[in-house]
Amino acid sequence: MKEEGKHNKKAKKYGMVINLDNCTGCGACMVACMAENNVPFKEDESDKLDSITWMRVYKLANGESYPDADICYLPRPCMHCEGYHGHSPCVSVCPAVATDYNHDTGIVSQIYTRCFGCRYCMGACPYHARYFNWWDPVWPEGMTKYLSPNVSARMRGIVEKCSFCFHRHQLAMDKAFLEGRTELEENEYQTSCTQACPAGAITFGDLNNPHHKVNQMVKPDNKHGGRPGDPNAFRLLERLGTNPKVYYISSKEWVRRAGDNYLANEDRTVQQH
Amino acid sequence: MLPFSFEWVWDLSHIVFMGGLHYALTIISLGMAYCILKAVVDTKQGKGGHHH
Amino acid sequence: MDSALIPKGLKRCSIGKFYLGIALVGAVVLWGVYAMLLVWIKGLNQTNMNDSYGFALWIWADLGIIALGGGAFFTGFLRYIIGKDELKNIINYAVVIGFVCYASAQLILGIDVGQPLRGWFIFWHANVHSMLTEVAFCLTCYFGVLVIEYIPLLLENRQIDKVPFFHNLGHNMHEIMAIFAATGAFLSFFHQGSLGGVAGVLYGRPFAVREGLFIWPWTFFLFTWSAAAFGPCFTLFVTRLTEKITGKKLVKQNVIDLLAKIAGWMMGTYIIAKIIDTWYWATVTAPSKGFTFMDFYSDNSFYGIWILIAEIVVGGIIPALILLSPKGRSNSTALFTAVSLACIGVLINRWVMVLQVMAHPVMTFENWFLYVPSWQEVATTILPVAGGIIVIALSYRYLPIFPQEKELNP
Repeated sequence: MKEEGKHNKKAKKYGMVINLDNCTGCGACMVACMAENNVPFKEDESDKLDSITWMRVYKLANGESYPDADICYLPRPCMHCEGYHGHSPCVSVCPAVATDYNHDTGIVSQIYTRCFGCRYCMGACPYHARYFNWWDPVWPEGMTKYLSPNVSARMRGIVEKCSFCFHRHQLAMDKAFLEGRTELEENEYQTSCTQACPAGAITFGDLNNPHHKVNQMVKPDNKHGGRPGDPNAFRLLERLGTNPKVYYISSKEWVRRAGDNYLANEDRTVQQH
Repeated sequence: MLPFSFEWVWDLSHIVFMGGLHYALTIISLGMAYCILKAVVDTKQGKGGHHH
Repeated sequence: MDSALIPKGLKRCSIGKFYLGIALVGAVVLWGVYAMLLVWIKGLNQTNMNDSYGFALWIWADLGIIALGGGAFFTGFLRYIIGKDELKNIINYAVVIGFVCYASAQLILGIDVGQPLRGWFIFWHANVHSMLTEVAFCLTCYFGVLVIEYIPLLLENRQIDKVPFFHNLGHNMHEIMAIFAATGAFLSFFHQGSLGGVAGVLYGRPFAVREGLFIWPWTFFLFTWSAAAFGPCFTLFVTRLTEKITGKKLVKQNVIDLLAKIAGWMMGTYIIAKIIDTWYWATVTAPSKGFTFMDFYSDNSFYGIWILIAEIVVGGIIPALILLSPKGRSNSTALFTAVSLACIGVLINRWVMVLQVMAHPVMTFENWFLYVPSWQEVATTILPVAGGIIVIALSYRYLPIFPQEKELNP
């Protein structure tokens, strides 16, 4: 595996902070993602177990009855786990190097032409962020004209997932190169879901850069596997050691507790720190 | 599988894994080559015709 | 009619009866081939797998038949490396059964991947850190070894043996079989283990993940160990079944007894290791990730604690105790019960390590995922079983598989 960025001080760690207090569950992020990334769909999308949603909004409930009942919407892109030194759950298991951890950007890639569809990565991912193309994509008549030329369409029999709109990173880097720069401004590379969210619940940027909002919002502690410094911030299934780069913020303790598994007598804040 | 594929790296993991693999493959193919060649020689020497 | 092909001095059923049986099993093969073509032409949408169930019936079938086929490498190891000479009377059959099992596994893997034409990527673009790569390499190489072990048997057919070159080739292969058997044992150790590693390294899946030694999780060693314990049981099971079907004694009791005794010891020690592993996982590994032991066995309609009891007690402790007692081994009903239970036990273990891993929800806001295979999945899983029956039947009819058959059936 290529690890050029391992000792590169300028290495980026692109990540996302999703403020669940702001999320209304409207699903605009899901729609924007599908349109941006040419995600195929079926005529009947009611069976979510075999439809492809790189970004998926889950509905969480606290299980209480009125008047204490409460719900929360939780958008779930790929977590782009770093694991331990880039040893993300899915990358390490792929037998054909069809998915890779980029140490320069922290992005977990998926190489569609390399994947032969063994689906081991799907079994390895606890977030169900990986999707299989059970069918060849079929676009309604005329819709092919609306497909993005920057993202390749995928064929039947392979796995795909959220790429943090990596093609946007490539376009931004091309532009910067032409202008004689090697660094990107914060607003030059933003994911489609971030821009589509009407509530501004999603923030995207370089977690390693103290000038970027994502860093300021969650204050990740890179010495301790990137755990959030902000008491309202948490990551999904942090205890598994996946070291995800998507952070969530919620002012509600039940939501923060729903982000991971705890034994009945365990105090969440003690377990996380 | 071979050092010609572009993801090949000369690191310990590749040397141990691929070393083990090619070691096994070599033994298997040399063993088979020996059996076949010896069978050709034996047959030319007239062995095996009337053993029963 | 085919008497010229049947080994000298051995009795076989009439050709009509034999090929009627083959035709019946052949019909099942055709059904499986039809399903296989459907999957290849239309894709994996022919299955009931889904994005939460990426590994399902086929991977279980693979793991299961490879564990059962472990009798070939372990019997070969005992015969050629340890020097248990009596086992020469059952090794041929162990090889045929192993050959069938591994051919089946290869076929199922070929159906299981989404892009079969890219299957060679796993070799050419190998990620040496992936357990599945290790599985693919060792499995394919070991299948090659099994072919090499099967060829001399084929060459012993009465008509083929008349050709001097084939006679000499078979003789030479027999001469250096120990080298092939040793290579086979080496490869088997790693692929049986890496199949266990496939589940054990999934640190995103608390039901599967295990600590281990260096890069190998404990499941690596448990799978190798269990294949050595349960594989010979399957060899004994099929041997006994063949004896029942043919109505003949084919292998002497002392040979059966020896293999059963060794399997019993392997199984007894394995099941102790398995209990320690389960205990440690339940009390240390899983709680460290926020799960109680019963979280994995409740809140769903299928996976209850019964499955763990069935695997460890019914399919492990009980057969091990029977096989370890001289009385149990000498009673043919008890022995047959023991090896049958053992086969079921190891199949449950492989099932749990694939399907329960997928079924158990890890995110707190998800529920258990339950899955029922489609008929295409079932048919393609039965296909190699039916194909295997045909290969075994043909091998038995036309090859001198059992060296003691003539003596036992004068």
